Amino acid sequence: MHEMGIANSVLESVRTEAQRFPGRHIYKVGVRIGELAGVDPEAMRFCFEALVRGTDLEPLSLDVDYRPRRHECQACGRSFVAPLEDLACPQCGATDSRFIGGDELELAYLEVEDGARAVGA
Amino acid sequence: MERVPLERKVLSENARIAEELRARFAEHNILCLNLISSPGSGKTSLLERTLESFAPNERVAVLTGDIQTENDALRLARFGFPVKQITTGGTCHLDARMIERALADWRLEDIDLLLIENVGNLVCPSSYDLGEAAKIVVLSVTEGDDKPLKYPSIFFKSALLVLNKIDLLPYVPFDIAAAEENARKTHAGMEIVRVSCLRRDGLADWLRWLQSKRQACAAVAASAS
Repeated sequence: MHEMGIANSVLESVRTEAQRFPGRHIYKVGVRIGELAGVDPEAMRFCFEALVRGTDLEPLSLDVDYRPRRHECQACGRSFVAPLEDLACPQCGATDSRFIGGDELELAYLEVEDGARAVGA
Repeated sequence: MERVPLERKVLSENARIAEELRARFAEHNILCLNLISSPGSGKTSLLERTLESFAPNERVAVLTGDIQTENDALRLARFGFPVKQITTGGTCHLDARMIERALADWRLEDIDLLLIENVGNLVCPSSYDLGEAAKIVVLSVTEGDDKPLKYPSIFFKSALLVLNKIDLLPYVPFDIAAAEENARKTHAGMEIVRVSCLRRDGLADWLRWLQSKRQACAAVAASAS
């Protein structure tokens, strides 16, 4: 289980980013986790909550945007969600497709208390 | 409430160190490979068979990761090549900083091939780039033939699947064709070799794959100089 380390990296980033918003609380951090990232969203939420509890980061919530594997058809160009059991293009049926997404492990956004404009934003 | 976009990797610090390592490996023409598997699939055995195949003047070095013990480094040091154990003390994977630290007192100009044996785990190591040229996943036939579907991340990210312990196929309910099909569902066109490290079967296929990667690395180096 490495979600604790990953949740901790998210919180380190929140603390770093918080310096750009002096005096304003950060209420939410959004992350994108791809199906192929090797990170379990439920374990990630559990670790995140455990790490935030009792710290000055409270209240801070985690918004996980879970991304399925996506392919682009080499024959017709359609992009589609591609479950492992069925990689055929839903439009033309071709099986020759290219991976275009689903391994993300990215910070997407912060929700910050309203206030003066961010430094450097 | 103001929404502020942040477009970057969660593990951006690891990614930064991994890219530094990758640049250093390129500068010194080092092929770096990261071996990943469940505990007990045969990563160390594959490395033993690999090291014993090399001439004493081969410029190869090994980093081997475990949560505890120096056992793997002792097994691998018998072949006379530089070997260093990384004990993570509980962490379930190697990260780029551990590699950077482990390499600190090695002369990279003396190394052509760096083999990294990750901590035995099919999940966590897949998230941590170590600056390698390729990941290699080892799966043994005493595990399940559906492992590529259960742990798609590591099969997706690995260039090669080494199916080990094929000498046990008559005794276990492992469908090797299904395993290979499952691997290629997860990673279209994945390269696969079948070996038995114990009986030394199929090792020529593995060594041929390794040699082709070493030649490609040397060719890139030659064209750059």
